[in-house]
Amino acid sequence: MSTTPSVLVLRAAGTNCDPETAYAFELFDARTETLHVNQLLAEPERLARHHVLAFPGGFAYGDDVAAGAVWACELRSRLADALGRFVDDGGLVLGICNGFQALVRLGLLPGLTNTLGTQEVSLTDNVSLKYEDRWVRLQVTSRRCVFVGDMPAPELPLAHAEGRMVCLDDSVRRRLADDDRIVFRYANADGQPTQDYPANPNGSIDAIAGLTDGTGRVLGLMPHPERALLGLHRPTWSRRPWRGEAPEDLGPGAALFRNACDWVRANR
Amino acid sequence: MRLRAEAREAGIRLGDGFSTRCGYSLRIVGGTEAVRQLADELLVDPVLNTVRIYRPEEDPRADDAHRVEVVRLPGVMDPTSQSVLRATAALGLEVRDVRSWNAYLFPPDTTPDVLSRISTQLLANSAIEQVRIDPAQGIAPLEPLDDVPFRLVHVPLRDAGPDELTRISADGCLALDAVEMTAIREHFIDAGRDPTDIELETLAQTWSEHCKHKTLTGLVDYEGETLDNLLKSTIARATHELDRPFCASVFVDNAGVVDFDEANLLTFKVETHNHPSAIEPYGGAGTGLGGVLRDTLGTGLGARPVASTDVFCFGPPDLPAGELPKGCMHPRRIMRGVVSGVRDYGNRMGIPTVNGTVFFDERYVGNPLVYCGSVGILPRDRLEKHVAPGDLVLVCGGRTGRDGIHGATFSSLELHDESETVSSGAVQIGNAIEEKKVMDALLAARDQGLYRGVTDCGAGGLSSAVGEMGEACGAHVILDRVPLKYHGLTYAEIWISEAQERMVLAVPPEHEQAILQVFAAEDVEATIIGTFNDSGRLTAEFAGEQVMDLPMDFLHQGLPRQTRRATRRRRDLQDPAPLPAAECQSMLVQLLSHPNIASKHWVVRQYDHEVQAGSVVKPFVGPQHDGPSDAAVIAPVLGSRRAFALGCGLAPWVGDVDPYQMALTAIDEALRNVVAVGGDPEQTSILDNFSWGNCEKPDNLGDLVEACKACYDGAMAYRTPFISGKDSLNNDYRVGDESRSIPPTLLISALSIVPDAAHACTMDLKAPGHALVLVGATGPELGGSHLARLQGTLGAQAPRVDLSSAPRVLATLHRAISNGLIAACHDLSEGGLAVAAAEMAFAGDIGASIDVTRIPTTGDVDLGRRLFAEAPTRLLLEVDKTHLAALQELLGEQAHAIIGETIEASHMAVREGDREVFRADLASLRAAFNGALQLDPDLEAGT
Repeated sequence: MSTTPSVLVLRAAGTNCDPETAYAFELFDARTETLHVNQLLAEPERLARHHVLAFPGGFAYGDDVAAGAVWACELRSRLADALGRFVDDGGLVLGICNGFQALVRLGLLPGLTNTLGTQEVSLTDNVSLKYEDRWVRLQVTSRRCVFVGDMPAPELPLAHAEGRMVCLDDSVRRRLADDDRIVFRYANADGQPTQDYPANPNGSIDAIAGLTDGTGRVLGLMPHPERALLGLHRPTWSRRPWRGEAPEDLGPGAALFRNACDWVRANR
Repeated sequence: MRLRAEAREAGIRLGDGFSTRCGYSLRIVGGTEAVRQLADELLVDPVLNTVRIYRPEEDPRADDAHRVEVVRLPGVMDPTSQSVLRATAALGLEVRDVRSWNAYLFPPDTTPDVLSRISTQLLANSAIEQVRIDPAQGIAPLEPLDDVPFRLVHVPLRDAGPDELTRISADGCLALDAVEMTAIREHFIDAGRDPTDIELETLAQTWSEHCKHKTLTGLVDYEGETLDNLLKSTIARATHELDRPFCASVFVDNAGVVDFDEANLLTFKVETHNHPSAIEPYGGAGTGLGGVLRDTLGTGLGARPVASTDVFCFGPPDLPAGELPKGCMHPRRIMRGVVSGVRDYGNRMGIPTVNGTVFFDERYVGNPLVYCGSVGILPRDRLEKHVAPGDLVLVCGGRTGRDGIHGATFSSLELHDESETVSSGAVQIGNAIEEKKVMDALLAARDQGLYRGVTDCGAGGLSSAVGEMGEACGAHVILDRVPLKYHGLTYAEIWISEAQERMVLAVPPEHEQAILQVFAAEDVEATIIGTFNDSGRLTAEFAGEQVMDLPMDFLHQGLPRQTRRATRRRRDLQDPAPLPAAECQSMLVQLLSHPNIASKHWVVRQYDHEVQAGSVVKPFVGPQHDGPSDAAVIAPVLGSRRAFALGCGLAPWVGDVDPYQMALTAIDEALRNVVAVGGDPEQTSILDNFSWGNCEKPDNLGDLVEACKACYDGAMAYRTPFISGKDSLNNDYRVGDESRSIPPTLLISALSIVPDAAHACTMDLKAPGHALVLVGATGPELGGSHLARLQGTLGAQAPRVDLSSAPRVLATLHRAISNGLIAACHDLSEGGLAVAAAEMAFAGDIGASIDVTRIPTTGDVDLGRRLFAEAPTRLLLEVDKTHLAALQELLGEQAHAIIGETIEASHMAVREGDREVFRADLASLRAAFNGALQLDPDLEAGT
C-alpha cells in the first residue's frame, strides 16, 4: 500500500486561500491539516508528521511593511530550524502568491546560498502600481521541480499587487537561469516569455512567475493554481472546445497538486 | 508616475525627480543595536531598500530636496503599527508607540504653492492625516493620552424651552427634531430627573433615521392619500403576501436569509456608506464593505461571507476642475479612493467582489453613493438567536477609540462644505485583518456552539448592538471593562464609538472560558463587559456609578411617529429629434464609450473576484476576457456545482422621468441579469436600497412613494420577494445657499439559485452561423435613455414594464437556458440593442449581422429607437439553428423574432431590410468600450 500524502496548510492572520488550497490536495486523496501559525510555533514537531508544507495565498498580517514580511520575520526568528530540517528530510514546500512572497523573504527560494534567512530576490509593486486579478499564460521553463512533472503550459489566474520579481544583483539574476531555478515565465500568445503588459502582468524581471530551489522540491509561484482546479474555473469554459466536456473535468492548475501527491506516493 | 498623472489632472505641473520614502517612528528598548536589528530583520528589504536611522529631534531633510511628510492623526487606525508590534514581539524586541508614515521628496525648484496644493489635494486628507512640509524635526512616536477625570454629566432637559431643545440637539450633533426632543423631555419629566449625556446619546443613536427608518415607517400624506408605514404597506407586504417557502428569515435579522442546499442557507444584505465616503473616500468605502461583511457575520449565529457586490454613483469623471463646488473632492479622486477602499478591505478579507456597477451624474458630485453588499453561507441549524437572561455580553475584535463618533446621526444630516472639519470624528479607517481574525474566531466558536446570539457593532456602536440584542429582556454593561485603544475617552464616547471590527455576542456563562480560548488562539481580544438580564431596562455603570438607566420599551417604541407631506413632482419632459441613419454608427461608439456603459475593468480587475475558488461566471468573459457579464455565478461549496447568480438593477435617469417606472425598471433589470446567466426566477430574491434626496422636501418624498408602490407591484408580479433592504434618505448637499438633491436612486440587488453551475450561460458569441433572437418588444419611449441624454433631453415618457408578460419571458428564458438551447445570452439595458449586440460580438470575436426591420415593436418606432431605446424585458440570444424550433415552441406567443445571425467576420453589420445602415469593425467597438473609463492615464491603454 502506498503512502497517503499528508499536507500541512499553514495559515496566519490574514491568510485567506487556505480552504481551497487544502481542497486541491484532497482532490488527489491527500490528508490535510490546516494550522494557525500560533499552533505550529507552540508545537514545531507537528511539521515532521507531514510530507508537504503549503503556504497559501492571502494577506498575512495585512502585508504590512511589505508583502509576506511580517510572516517571514516571525517564521525566520522562531521556526527556521524546523523548516530547514523539513526540506533537508525530503519534504515538499509550496508557496502560492502571498506564500511565495513569504518563501522569498525567508530565503527558502531561490536558495542560491543554501542559507535560510538570506534574501536574494524580492517580489515588489507591480509596474502598474495596482492590484490586479487576471488570467495569464505561462511557459514551463524547467521541469526539474517535482510539482511540474509533464504538465502542459498552463493558463492560470493571478491576483496581487506585489508580484514583480527583482534580483539583488546581476549575479543572482544570472544564477537563477544558470542553476535552473526558474520554473514558470509569463508568456505571450505564442507561448514565449514576454515583458509586455498585460501578458506579463507585473513587470517581473525575465518574466519570472515561479521559482524552485536546488532540490526541486520547493516551488513558489504568483499565479493561483488552486483557483483553476476545475474546468468550470476557466473564464472561457462556456466556449468550445470546453463546453460540453464533463463538468467534473479538471482545470489547468490541478496538475501541480496531482504531481505532488503522486511524488509522495512514489518516493516516501 | 501615478502622482505626476494625478497632479496634471488637478492642474498642477510637476517636474521630474521626485521620490518616496516610508518611515516608522517608535520607542524601543536597547539603543541603536536594537533599532538596527529591527531594520535588518523586518523593516528593510535588502533587495530594494536603503535605510536611515535617526532620532525625532534630528532634521529629517537629507539634501536640498523639498520634503512632505504625511502621518495619520493620533487616534486614526494604523494597521501597520499593529503588525510591526506583532513582529517585534517575535524578534524579542521591546517596542511601543509605533507610527508608520510616508515622505515625498520633490526637486528643490518646486514652488511652495505646488507643494502645498499637492499635499492637500493629492497626498493627504486633513480629515485623517497631518501634512508636514519641509519639517525641521522628525515625526515623534505617539504620545500616550491622559485619562480624563470621571464626571457624570446631566443635560438640563426638563427646564428647556423649544429653542433650547433644538439648540441641545444641534450642539450635540444628535439629529433629533423638536417633536422627538419634546418626547424625550416628557419622558424624563415623568421620571423625575434630567437625562445623563449618555442616555440622550443612546436615544439619538437608536432613533436616528439610519437605525429606525423614520420616513419609511412613518406616516405620509401623499396628495391627500394617507400612507401608514410605507415599508410595511408596500415592500414587506409583498414578501408576506407571496409567502415563498424558500424565505428562511426576512426583514428581522442583519440580512435576509433564503434556502440554498440541503445543509446551508444564503444570507444577503446591501448597505450604503455615502456620507463617510464623501469626506474620506478610502476609509468610508472600506469601512462600508467592512460593515456589511459584519452584517453577514451577525446574521443568525454568523454566516460566512462568500461574495461581495459594490455599486457606486459618482460625479462625471471628466468634470472640469473649475466646476467643482467648494469643499468637494473631484469625482476622479473620490472614485480612486472608493475603489481602493473596497479593494483593500475585500481582498484582504478574502471575499471575492464579483458584481456591481458604476453610474455617473453631475448631481452626485457633492454626495457620491457607495453601496456595498455581501452574500454569506449559513448552516441551517445556525439560523436562530436566543439571547437569554444570564447570558454574558462579550465584545470581541478591535479596541474602542474615539473614531466614528456620531456616524449614525451624521448620516442623517445634510453635507456642506465644512462637513469635513466638523464631522471628521465620524470618519474612520478600517483594519481588514482585524475583521478577518474576528471572522475566523467567530466561525470557530459558532461551530462549537459557544454562544446564543451575535450582532455587529455598526452605527451607534455598543449602544445599538447591546440595545438591540437585549431589547426583549434587558442588559447591564460595565463600561470600564471595554478595552480601549488609548486613554482619554469618556464613558459616553465608549458607549457610542463606532470603532470598526467589533462584534457583540451573548455567551452562556458555562461557555465563558471555552470561548475566550477560541478567540485567544486567533489573537483576537475578547472581553466580558456585562450581562443580559430580565430587567426590561438598558443600564450601564462607570467608575462604580450608574450612568444610564433607560426602559427598553421607551428606547425602542418611544419614538413619536410623524406625518410627512409628499407631492407629485412636476416635470417638463421632451423627446429628442429622430436620429438620422448617418449618425447611428457614431452614436453606437459614443454610447459604448459613455462612462455609464463603458467597461468597468479599471475597477473590477482591482478586486480579487476568484478567491475561495467558487467563480464560475466571472465579471469578464470571452476569449479576450473583456465581455461584460450580466451577473456573476458563484459555486460557494467546494466540490458542489450548486451555485447562485448575483446581479443588480439601477436606473436613476428613468427616475427623473417617472420614479414608479424607475423602480420597476430596476427590478426588471436585476432579474434579467441573474436569469440571463442561468438563475432560476422561481428561486430568486431581491433587496431594496433607496438613496434619496432630503425627504423633508415633499417632491422627493413623492418620488419615494411612487417607487415604493412599484416595489410592491413588481414583487407581486414577478413573485419575487424582498428579503432585506436599507435606505439613506438625506443625500442633499449644500453649495453656497442652494441645497441640492441627488437623483432618486433605487438599487435592486438580486440573488438567484443556479441549480447546476455547468448549465450557466455567458454573453460572448460562440460561433458563426447561429441565429440571433431578440426576445421582448421595443416601444417608442425614450424617457431616461442614454440616447435622449446624449441629445440633451430627458425623454418624454419612460418605457413601461409590462408586468403581465415580463415574468413569463423570464420563466421561458430560464427553461431555454436550462435545456441547453442558448449559446449566449445578454440583457438589453443602457444603450439598448445595438450596445448589447456589439458587446456580444467583440466579446466572442465573432461577427454579427442584424436587420432592424425584424425587431418586434409596439407603436411607431424609428431607426434610432430600434437600435438604442432602453425598453425593459428584452434579451438578445445566440441560438444554434438546430435548437431554433425548440426555442420558438417555448416562446410561443411571446414577442420575439430572429433579427439576424452570427457571421464569420470581424464586424457588426446593421441592415434596414436590404439597405446597410452601417458596418462597424469589432476592434473599434472593443476599443471604444475598453478605453473610455481609465483612471491611470499614463500607465496603460486597453485591458
